[in-house]
Amino acid sequence: MNRRFGTIVLGTAFRFLVPFIMVYGMYVLMHGEYSPGGGFQAGALFGIAVVLDRLVQGEEAMLSISGTKAVILAGIGTFIYGFIGVLTVLLNGNFLEYGVFPLDMIEGERHALGILGIEIGVTICVMATIIAIFDALTRREEW
Amino acid sequence: MTRFISFFGLGLMTLMLFITTSGLPVLFDPESPAALHVSPRYIEKSHEETGSPNFVTAVLADYRGYDTLGETTVIFTAGLATVLLLRAARKDSDRIPGGKEE
Amino acid sequence: MKELLSQYFIYWLILVLFMIGPFGMIYKKNLVKKLMAMNIMQVAVIIFFLVLGQKAGGTIPIEIHGLTGVEHYINPLPHALMLTAIVVSLSTTGVALALLLLIQRRFGTLEEDEMLRRMNQ
Repeated sequence: MNRRFGTIVLGTAFRFLVPFIMVYGMYVLMHGEYSPGGGFQAGALFGIAVVLDRLVQGEEAMLSISGTKAVILAGIGTFIYGFIGVLTVLLNGNFLEYGVFPLDMIEGERHALGILGIEIGVTICVMATIIAIFDALTRREEW
Repeated sequence: MTRFISFFGLGLMTLMLFITTSGLPVLFDPESPAALHVSPRYIEKSHEETGSPNFVTAVLADYRGYDTLGETTVIFTAGLATVLLLRAARKDSDRIPGGKEE
Repeated sequence: MKELLSQYFIYWLILVLFMIGPFGMIYKKNLVKKLMAMNIMQVAVIIFFLVLGQKAGGTIPIEIHGLTGVEHYINPLPHALMLTAIVVSLSTTGVALALLLLIQRRFGTLEEDEMLRRMNQ
């Protein structure tokens, strides 16, 4: 997992797979209110795409994120979630009450916007944690 | 000797769990106690109150959104713990961690 | 006999899957195999919880236009709760694998009796 692994078949096939997996993950995230899906599933798909690239190409991967940067990304994802909750408190509501956004929509659509914002935060956190765990377990040791 | 005692204990546990399955509710029953109290309200009112026809996402992110916040914190803590365990062991174990960054 | 079998057979199968967990954790000597047996036990608990939420003649919990009524959709509550459980099992496996790496570096082996022998020297 630190050197180039692939032969001809693997080294060509993954170039077709990685963009499709990312587009599928984005679709599962955005369409999570009308079909099975949501935040956790989309985060797992994004994490899988980056880990596949890292497995085949070794350390010279195109989509490489190191361990500390991945932990910072996970913190940003959790912060987005908490920020939406605090935002509804600042607008004179309860914690995580989506009905208080001052937008010109019916009640249900304001809730839908709040749910979308929350799922984006969860997706970023899950993707960054999968990358961080994989990176910490397979990094080359320095003795 | 200990293997025999542990095998006997596990066999006893299997037998007791096997007998307990007779007290579980009837399979696939629409009137089972799990589907009676708050779940019909989630199914009926979900589309107009949350704007999402997917009941599972509406329950997870709107009706029980606070639990999902704790869930996300658990995932973040697990990733942080893994990175911290394996970074502190890579440097020299006599030195205090926090030496020269690479 | 046929009603008894059709009413409880799924619970017996899940019980078999669940008991693979403690048997593997006690009788296997390798630490990684013990960890994987714990993972099997977690999966058995998740499946058991999902079976409790089924309804006869119900479809998936996504609203179809024109099909209203509580008896047409299965219970969405166990699915939402078990998403949390799946993610917790991922986190536990990740941290446990990191600990196993540290044990390997310290003792040089991952077999239980070899490790106990080196610890008592």
